[in-house]
Amino acid sequence: MSAETIQSRREWLLSDRPASRLQARLGRAYVAWRRFSANRLALVGMLIIIALVLVAALADVLAPYSATVGDLKNARLLPPSAAHWFGTDDLGRDIYSRIVYGARWTLYVVILVAIIAAPIGLLVGTVAGYAGGWTDTILMRITDIFLAFPKLVLALAFVAALGPGIENAVLAIAITSWPPYARIARAETLTVRNSDYIKAVQLMGASPFRIVLRHIMPLCISSLIIRVTLDMAGIILTAAGLGFLGLGAQPPLPEWGAMIASGRRFILDQWWVAAAPGAAILIVSLGFNLLGDGLRDALDPRSGDQ
Amino acid sequence: MSVAENQVAAGRGSARAVAILSSLGRFLVVAVTTYLGLLAVTFFIGRVIPIDPVLAVLGDRAPTAVVERTRREMGLDLPWIEQFYLYVKAALRGDFGTSVLTTNPVMADIRRVFPATIELATLGTIIGAVIGVPLGVLAAVKRGSLIDQIARVVGLIGYSVPIFWLGLLGLVLFYAKLQWIAFPARLDVVYEYTFTPITGFYLLDAAIQGQWDVFHDAWRHIVLPAALLGYLSLAYISRMTRSFMLNELAQEYIVAARAKGLSETRIIWGHALRNAAVPMVTVIALSYANLLEGSVLTETVFSWPGIGLYITNSLQNADMNAVLGGTIAIGSVFIAINLLSDLLYRLLDPRTKTG
Amino acid sequence: MNGDTLLEVDDLRVTFPTRTGIVQAVRGVSFSLGRERLGIVGESGSGKSQTGRAIMGLTPPQAEVSAKKLAFNGIDLLSISPRQRRSLRGNRIAMILQDPKYSLDPVMTIGRQIVETLRTHEKVSRAEARERALAMLQAVQIRDPARVFDLYPHEVSGGMGQRAMIAMMLITGPELMIADEPTSALDVTVQLDVLKILDKLVAERGMGLIFISHDLRLVSSFCDRVVVMYAGKVVEQIKASELRDAQHPYTRGLLNCMPRIGFERHPLPVLDRKPEWAA
Repeated sequence: MSAETIQSRREWLLSDRPASRLQARLGRAYVAWRRFSANRLALVGMLIIIALVLVAALADVLAPYSATVGDLKNARLLPPSAAHWFGTDDLGRDIYSRIVYGARWTLYVVILVAIIAAPIGLLVGTVAGYAGGWTDTILMRITDIFLAFPKLVLALAFVAALGPGIENAVLAIAITSWPPYARIARAETLTVRNSDYIKAVQLMGASPFRIVLRHIMPLCISSLIIRVTLDMAGIILTAAGLGFLGLGAQPPLPEWGAMIASGRRFILDQWWVAAAPGAAILIVSLGFNLLGDGLRDALDPRSGDQ
Repeated sequence: MSVAENQVAAGRGSARAVAILSSLGRFLVVAVTTYLGLLAVTFFIGRVIPIDPVLAVLGDRAPTAVVERTRREMGLDLPWIEQFYLYVKAALRGDFGTSVLTTNPVMADIRRVFPATIELATLGTIIGAVIGVPLGVLAAVKRGSLIDQIARVVGLIGYSVPIFWLGLLGLVLFYAKLQWIAFPARLDVVYEYTFTPITGFYLLDAAIQGQWDVFHDAWRHIVLPAALLGYLSLAYISRMTRSFMLNELAQEYIVAARAKGLSETRIIWGHALRNAAVPMVTVIALSYANLLEGSVLTETVFSWPGIGLYITNSLQNADMNAVLGGTIAIGSVFIAINLLSDLLYRLLDPRTKTG
Repeated sequence: MNGDTLLEVDDLRVTFPTRTGIVQAVRGVSFSLGRERLGIVGESGSGKSQTGRAIMGLTPPQAEVSAKKLAFNGIDLLSISPRQRRSLRGNRIAMILQDPKYSLDPVMTIGRQIVETLRTHEKVSRAEARERALAMLQAVQIRDPARVFDLYPHEVSGGMGQRAMIAMMLITGPELMIADEPTSALDVTVQLDVLKILDKLVAERGMGLIFISHDLRLVSSFCDRVVVMYAGKVVEQIKASELRDAQHPYTRGLLNCMPRIGFERHPLPVLDRKPEWAA
């Protein structure tokens, strides 16, 4: 591709008078990307998350050993070596392989929580904001009540009732993490509810259902994505905490929090059993935090340095 | 002052009183509904989700007679709404049932363990605020400098690190290798039997009674878990302080303060921080509430006999009354802190008094 | 040097580095000031405020200030230490900002803010500082100084706030006052009151005043001399009384924009901006 065509493409993207909706959208995305990619830390965050996804997808290729079956006879609690990069645990399993497979469970938790909690928050927030009146008061009162709760403790109580397990942990975390999304969605809805174009759609006879779904919800998406990304680290930490307490993923699942819990028993002598999975959690949450900060600065310049 | 002006002033005074009363009324409504909501959720968790709530409370080894009596006591044959009414009534009396594990009333257990958690969280918040506020201020004043970068990295790691893991590594380093701190517990066994606490806050109690050897021992036990919680709160407090300070430093009154010839020190600490302090109160209160929660994991790692360890022990033994009682206890303190910080905000900000 | 010259500005330049290159906000401004009232007029972005702030030493840290001469009472402002500069600010050179709603610290009482200026520059006891602050409030015609002393900025009106601001800046008895749009944020009804107070105090104390405004009529009725700025440069310096005979087309354009009673103004004139004036 010649420099000229690149130049003309950039001009097309940055045009003041986009000829089509697509061009306008691409142009906006391009501007946001330029702002995002100027932030080196945000790029690091994105690389970490891409790496996480790749590791999860290619776990079968990347992991030299089984994640669940170990060599009890010869390979118990070995320190890190060329054969076992991060050592082995008390059941003779290769910790590196378990961490690689654990990436899948981390993604599993994060994605499931996001696709359960975000739509609930979006729905509650937009309906409350658009309907106003008593609906708004009651829905927001409920949201505030959930917001006033300690999240981890509430998740613990839920898991206590539902029984331990990774699915229940996901459910418990989702139940405790939707309220901020409802807050954001409502705030966004309030800013557009009385705008002229919503009035125009109303005049054309669109049903409230259609207005909320087609005209209000899409506007809340970008701030919601930012918030969900920023929350990812918290979700990972809560899930790991539940796993650590034995309430999340159950053995022999290679979930990182549960791996730390099993390494705890040998922490003073075989510290590496617990060290490696914790480092993995730290790196991935750091990645989500960096990515979230970068996205916020790129998509929402108003928030500036907050 | 003229008569008319006096009347105006008096009118303003009573308007202020009315404003304060009405906001107090609103606080009460919020507090009551939030607390009811908390009870509704724990009721839902304890009575609705389990297939047999009695089993959830007693475990499956209880004799049939006990099961039957508990079933009647819990009012499980009544309609939901009546059950909830009885539940709320009991909770307001501080009656959360009996713990299977300790065989004590849950409330008595909570009274016993809560001071340990408060001591830990308070020390953590003090560490977090004492380091976090100046760090945030410096990061804002020297924006983009090395100290700003350091504050940013320290904060990001604080947001991303699993605290229980950091605690374990801390034990390896400071307890096993360096032997700077004592083993996971609240006091050495020697003192467990000779020391009589007064308030339940051991550092304070030891100091009051002048038992400095106990104080030293208690300090060696609390310092690492408190430092860890302090780090979490430092990450949050420094980040928010920086952001509030940047906001204040961009205001016109800062230019005016410079025009008055004030020193930078005076401008930063006397004007900008004074203004930032108003929202900072809320941040520090929230961070304190978060530490109460963070204590659940920290206490488990450090065998710290507080509410967090109590809840997790009860969880492991399917002791539902104790779990929910602990949840309500932490939740209530959470709600109280939220409301207090709101109230404090209003007291500190002169603009809200006449608003 | 004339003994009466308070301030000498020769070829003052203020530049800001930005992402897209260097922005020159002030490009070689020169004037001198005695114990008189000088107006600086221009549109927003003409560099008039940055000129005022450069004299005060209040340009943002990333900006660069240079001049062949920037001297206050013979003191070279650009070569003295920041500490010496600060001891001049608020003491011998003072500044009034536009909107008291934002320029007064919202969480400190008015009285404390006035006392703060005084005690920064003079060693006085608390009681004496309070007395002088009350007297100063009286001087800016606040009727009940003792009450206003203990009020917070949000509890007083804009006009009252700006008077408090004047009191805060005049309490040390400065020789030069820079007033940056001191009445633009106020109600029209109180603008004149505030101006009269300012005028009276400046005259009584024999101070020099730099009055920065976008309002040519206000400046011409209030000041002895007028400096007209455009795009960071001075396009004309003229006595206020001779403004009608102004030569420069930009000044004439500004004059033409002023409505006069008894004249039809249709269509409304559009201000002419020629690039060569900025060159």
